[in-house]
Amino acid sequence: MSEHMAKLAEALQSRFSDAVVSHAPATGEVTMEAPVAQYRDVARVLRDDPGFAFAQLSDLCGVDYLAYGDAEWTTEDSTELGYSRGVEYYQGEDDPERDSPQRFAVVCHLLSLEHNRRLRLRVYAEQTQFPVVPSVVDIWPAANWFEREAFDLFGIHFEGHPDLRRILTDYGFIGHPFRKDFPLSGHVEVRFDPDRGRVVYQPVTIEPRVTVPKVIRAARGQTPSEPQEAGRDG
Amino acid sequence: MAEFQNFTLNFGPQHPAAHGVLRLVLEMEGEVIKHADPHIGLLHRATEKLAENKPYNHSIGYMDRLDYVSMMCNEHGYVLAIEKLLGLEPPLRAQYIRVMFDEMTRILNHLLWLGAHGLDIGAMTVFLYCFREREVLMDCYEAVSGARMHATYYRPGGVARDLPDSMPQYQPSPYRSDSELRRMNEAREGSLLDFVEHFTDYFPGCIDEYETLLTDNRIWKQRTVGIAEVSPERAVALGFTGPMLRGSGVEWDLRRKQPYEVYDRLDFQIPVGVNGDCYDRYLVRIEEMRQSVAIMRQCVDWLRDNPGPVQADAPKVVPPKREVMKHDMEAMIHHFKLFTEGYSVPEGEAYAAVEAPKGEFGVYLVSDGANKPYRVKIRAPGFAHLAAMNEMVQGHMLADVVAVIGTQDIVFGEIDR
Repeated sequence: MSEHMAKLAEALQSRFSDAVVSHAPATGEVTMEAPVAQYRDVARVLRDDPGFAFAQLSDLCGVDYLAYGDAEWTTEDSTELGYSRGVEYYQGEDDPERDSPQRFAVVCHLLSLEHNRRLRLRVYAEQTQFPVVPSVVDIWPAANWFEREAFDLFGIHFEGHPDLRRILTDYGFIGHPFRKDFPLSGHVEVRFDPDRGRVVYQPVTIEPRVTVPKVIRAARGQTPSEPQEAGRDG
Repeated sequence: MAEFQNFTLNFGPQHPAAHGVLRLVLEMEGEVIKHADPHIGLLHRATEKLAENKPYNHSIGYMDRLDYVSMMCNEHGYVLAIEKLLGLEPPLRAQYIRVMFDEMTRILNHLLWLGAHGLDIGAMTVFLYCFREREVLMDCYEAVSGARMHATYYRPGGVARDLPDSMPQYQPSPYRSDSELRRMNEAREGSLLDFVEHFTDYFPGCIDEYETLLTDNRIWKQRTVGIAEVSPERAVALGFTGPMLRGSGVEWDLRRKQPYEVYDRLDFQIPVGVNGDCYDRYLVRIEEMRQSVAIMRQCVDWLRDNPGPVQADAPKVVPPKREVMKHDMEAMIHHFKLFTEGYSVPEGEAYAAVEAPKGEFGVYLVSDGANKPYRVKIRAPGFAHLAAMNEMVQGHMLADVVAVIGTQDIVFGEIDR
């Protein structure tokens, strides 16, 4: 199976010279990162070329890489300072990298029924302020709702989508809740106001808190079942 | 002659045939549907975001609550994705247990689907029959995990515990006679495996009963034959999976094509439809139940002969046994770290998919090396199916909408997440 996938990775790399193709033998998965300008061309070739024949789009989702690799609690600092495990809730709004490029990505999982293999296709949106990625609805009709979902949750705009509306969040919702700078508890809450006799929105009254801090321990390519050596990541 | 204009009709979210909280905005011309616009998200709980803020194991229970009629299959997808990143393989016995419960879950799901689908389009009796057998399977869930529905039974590296040696029994009560009590407890004298074996003995007969009620039923056929036909090419393009795809005649089943756990050692058939209409999808699911029973039986036979561990020997991921902790310092430390912090998963990404009763249930996991997933994306089969709703109901009558919702086997827990 792994050889089968390695061949696919080779074929992809020779066909798309601008893309970055990686093959992870541990998981047996092939990932291709294509430049956003070529996204639609790449998608069309992947679907129509009989050597690839990715006829089905299994999944399409947005990813926000803002907090990638940021630990909330580091062993060394915390040991020096004492035993407190309290950590600050991640304040995405203050993150200096908020507008850094390559923050938003769209990840497609493609399936070829003919060759029985999968491919992960990733494109990064060029801008972060107003992330735009071309739509692939006319290539894979299944992308329709998946793109609406990615727009709703991450605010990624799909250029050429026939009907880009919110899909999962409430009517009149403000913001894109799956972005890493959107707090888990949200911004507003609803309650019934007996005076006005209707449901009203108000700012949230609960404090965001961290029950288990995010800790990065596993080093690259290491499985936790193996004995860990000194010089860990964090 | 009076001029009629198209009008819009709100279907749901409070409608018994909407299977939960589906709001459909239908544009009608007389009784014919011109356009259907499903509004979803009324059950959105941001499961993925919650999972990103918790250690890996804390979210297993959330997975049960996605597709709340095929609970363990959802857990399976999530657990497989974690195991793929960790490079961890559960022991063979755990894999057989998982397969057995996956198939049990498939029957649970198909029974609810059959009952609800029948009820929606006018067959009352089959609902009662289906729920009678569901009860037995829920007892199996309860015996193994303590919960009838939300089991949280699968764990990375295996399952939470081994199968119990005894089944809980009905207690005497003033409302039932002794002979009645004896009859009810008859199958519960032995272990869980005996109980499951007893189920696999009589359940094919129950499927025959359902088929007697429906398969040649004139009303049933009028309501399902030729309704919402989908061609194989279109089904693939629309992202259909599971019985929806097989009903259109595409032989695609992850259990056979990309076998996980021990499916490659088991003997079973993949039913496919011919016409791709509601009736064929019904036949496919009925046959799947028969195949599931056969798989369960094979698992029971194997599990009976092969005792062994049900959790991998991976102390950094799997919590230690209580008695080991009493004398082993190392185990104590592992226990403390696992329950306060969780385990860290190596940096990387993985997509793991299982053949859930409704189709391909996939979990895309991105890890940045932390004790919490960086991104979890749940690929729910029903999401892609419901997206094709408009295409499937166009040109049909209003009453057929209900048949299409039924045939798609919609459950909002997984669609809204």
